[in-house]
Amino acid sequence: MALAKRIIPCLDVDKGRVVKGVNFVDIRDAGNPVEVAKRYNEQGADEITFLDITASNEDRATTVHMVEEIASEVFIPLTVGGGIRTCEDIRRMLNAGADKVGINTAAVFNPDFVKEAASRFGSQCIVVAIDCKKVSAPGETNRWEIFTHGGRKATGINAVEWAIKMTEYGAGEILLTSMDRDGTKNGFDLDVTHAISNATAVPIIASGGVGNLQHLADGVTLGHADAVLAASIFHFGEYTIPEAKAFMAAQGIEMRL
Amino acid sequence: MKTIAVIDYGMGNLHSVSKALEHVASNQRVVVTADPEVIRNAEHVVLPGVGAIRDCMAEIRRLGIDQVVQENIASGKPFLGICVGYQALMQDSEENGGVPCLAHFDGHVRFFGDNLVDEQGEKLKVPHMGWNQVKQTSNHPIWQGIEDNSRFYFVHSYYVEASHPQEVIGETVYGKTCHVALAHQNVVAVQFHPEKSHNAGLQLLKNFAEWNGQA
Repeated sequence: MALAKRIIPCLDVDKGRVVKGVNFVDIRDAGNPVEVAKRYNEQGADEITFLDITASNEDRATTVHMVEEIASEVFIPLTVGGGIRTCEDIRRMLNAGADKVGINTAAVFNPDFVKEAASRFGSQCIVVAIDCKKVSAPGETNRWEIFTHGGRKATGINAVEWAIKMTEYGAGEILLTSMDRDGTKNGFDLDVTHAISNATAVPIIASGGVGNLQHLADGVTLGHADAVLAASIFHFGEYTIPEAKAFMAAQGIEMRL
Repeated sequence: MKTIAVIDYGMGNLHSVSKALEHVASNQRVVVTADPEVIRNAEHVVLPGVGAIRDCMAEIRRLGIDQVVQENIASGKPFLGICVGYQALMQDSEENGGVPCLAHFDGHVRFFGDNLVDEQGEKLKVPHMGWNQVKQTSNHPIWQGIEDNSRFYFVHSYYVEASHPQEVIGETVYGKTCHVALAHQNVVAVQFHPEKSHNAGLQLLKNFAEWNGQA
């Protein structure tokens, strides 16, 4: 008897459609979010993450509506991220049916927001999303830095130290994305996943770079992730969730089958 | 039409509980409410809850929900506590420096601790978040049609240690044995989130909606 590692398909949603970019650019259409979420729910996904990658207010209203629709039909945990900047944003998403919210840029500019959010809504629903890139030169000790604005702006913040700080501020979970790997299909950055998982007490979701099922397994066995997130390998039908689970279970990983 | 009242005391996500109940009990009316009269008249009552226990208990007392809960339990109608709504039924919780609760069940809510490890000595994360197996330690109507050791979705940093083993109907191991489901007469309470636990969870809610409160 043990806690299962989770597989989380991620829906990057832009203007009401699921899209998937490579290194945060070059977008490709993958369908209607509600249909996609229902398909993953039926396949046995352990959770669903919905990332609203558009910024305009109009699109945000569409997001709330879609979250409502997904939450009425999908009875597994749903995390919504993208543009969460205030407690009012969080309340709106929770009321729409989200179970957790992902806070990213707003945490970097105002770390106290994470504290406020955790004390008001509980740590269990506060996921801090960390987008990082490796900044150390080859041969140097590994060092990763936080980037904002879709990976365009460096912040000078050390990713491991930031993760520790965020859990102290009340984050209940960390969604860790390697921007070097995102969309590349070369696998997770296992070093940063391992470093952050071992440095913090909360669950870590590895994200960015999954190209095959071995990458998912490696995220858990080598990266010490508690959950693995992927988008394109599932969206475009290369693999199904049950295939991924069976593959990981065959390597001795505890899964919900 | 019979009514299932989901008690709203301003904490957390009631949407998912009510949506899941609507999904499994299409012949019953599901209302989310803090109105004592509506709760009194309902045939089934659910006490959900997420967040910190101190705030939950403060709201429960401020809104007079403690009275309503006691009346409802005493009336013999089926009553379900979920997550913090379960913990609130215990005597007290270690969270927030110690908080007295409703004391419907004897037992305490304890912190998992900072140095939680599994049987192999591997560090375990807190909160206990994700899908874990629930061993059905007694044959209760709420488990009908659910396979023993099915996985349910959990998210909590504090766990229940019940005083009376005969009230425990479900256990989960996470560093220690946690009492994740209790039952006594017309009251059932669970630590996990049935509304987020896919087929097993929906079945449990369906069982509750159809339950007459007799164990």
